[in-house]
Parts: sequence; structure tokens; C-alpha cells
Amino acid sequence: MTTATFDRTTESAPKQGEFTRCGRHYQPNVDIVETLDELMVLAEMPGVEPNGIDVDFENGSLTISGRVAPRQGAETEYLLQEYGVGDFHRTFRVSERIDAAGINAEYRGGVLTLHLPKVEAVKARKIAVRST
Amino acid sequence: MRRGNGLFPVRLRDEMDRVFGDFWGPALRVAPFVVSGRGGFPALNVWEDERNLYAEAEVPGLGMEDLEVFVVGNELTIKGERKDVENEGSAYHRRERGVGAFCRVIQLPIEVNADQVEANLKDGVLAIRLPKAESVLPRKIPVTG
Repeated sequence: MTTATFDRTTESAPKQGEFTRCGRHYQPNVDIVETLDELMVLAEMPGVEPNGIDVDFENGSLTISGRVAPRQGAETEYLLQEYGVGDFHRTFRVSERIDAAGINAEYRGGVLTLHLPKVEAVKARKIAVRST
Repeated sequence: MRRGNGLFPVRLRDEMDRVFGDFWGPALRVAPFVVSGRGGFPALNVWEDERNLYAEAEVPGLGMEDLEVFVVGNELTIKGERKDVENEGSAYHRRERGVGAFCRVIQLPIEVNADQVEANLKDGVLAIRLPKAESVLPRKIPVTG
């Protein structure tokens, strides 16, 4: 919970569909940074299994999800429990025009870093001003 | 977030927590005066088995050099800093990850052997194993007869 907020949309069926796996789902905290060349998304998803990350970009919708294996047994009795462990999901509508083939992703230290390069045509270009 | 069933005392405590603890918002504050309970970042899960106490915290984006974990007497301290990354010529669409220094101290309910505490950091999960002190381990007493 420290790195994510409990996803209330799983409590009522969301428009995009329910998750097939039961259990808690969380939305990872993200930083989204736009530079001249790309959009960078940093999502906090600690404890995700090595092959458990999915990044999907379709029709301007970016979906990131991470599968998290439970770290303690279900019968563990906690003396203190301030956060829950569960899968991560989050979807964004991306208004920039992104070159989908150039997207790359890296997962390190519990943070998923995505680089979404902008399509050439929309990159900001400095326009030289001629004075006569 | 755990909530009571809406009874007044639990809501009041949550309100007080919200005033005095800045939980995992955009700024992580050092809160040295909060010794136990919800004291800010990182959130902790603590459980035990017969021989050990275990504590776990989620600290994504932090490396071993950013963290300090130590046990003094009955207190476990986790402190560190997530440095801000300067991005020249860029604009933030969203900024949800916390930045800054943090320090969390909790009172352990059982005496532990501070020399044998082990901490492990993997994929943003800090797992700490605190072996219980000899004096608190159950000792079987043989019955003679």
C-alpha cells in the first residue's frame, strides 16, 4: 500500500472488464515525464515475478501489469500489517503519438521504467527565425 | 487502507494519523517522534514464527546504498533517502512517487538478537529476519517422575 493504492475498480465491475484472478489488485504509483523525444513512465511495482510484467500499447492506451507471488503463506498471522501484497495494474490514455515499435521497458529495483519514443512528426523542432 | 467499522474512536485515530503522519504522499517526511504505529514511509508488515521475527517493507527504487537498517535494543530503525532526479527540459505529467529522506522506527514486541539480524533487498522488497533472543525462546522443561 505504500507504493500503490488499492484499486477500488475491482470492487465493482469496471468498464474494461474484471480481472480473472481473484485477490487484491493495486495501482502502482507512477511518475510520467515528457521530454522532447519521448514519454517516460516510471511505475513502482516491487516484488514482481521475472516474467510477470506485461506492457501493452494499443490504440493510444498504455496498460502495465505485474504479477506478484504472495510472499507469505495465507495463514500468516501478522503482528503488524500496513500493506497488502497483490498484482499491479494500471492503464493510461496516451495523447502523444507514440512509435509503438520503439517502446522499451526495464525492470530494476522494483521499478518499471518505460521509454515511449514520440513519432518523428510530433517532436518539437526549433524553428530558425530569419530576419531580413 | 484498513478501516474500522466506522465507529467513532477508530475514525478519530485515522484522522490523527492523517494529521501527524504524511502517509506515502508526494513528500516523504522524516518523523523521528513517531516511534510506533503508522509513522509514514515505509509501510511495514511484521510477523513471527517460533524462532524469528520478520519485518518486510516495500522500498522500490532504493538501492542498498540508499538504506540503513539497524536494531538497538527493542527498536528497529529503517532510514534512507530517495534522491530527486533532475530532468532538464522535461515536464511532469504525473508525480506520484515519493522523494526525500525518511526514517521509521518501530518497537519490537519481543527481544531479538541484534547481532544476528539479516536484511535482504530484492526487487524493491526489503525483508528483515530478526532471530528471537535466547531468553524469550520457549524452553521445554523436562518432567521427572
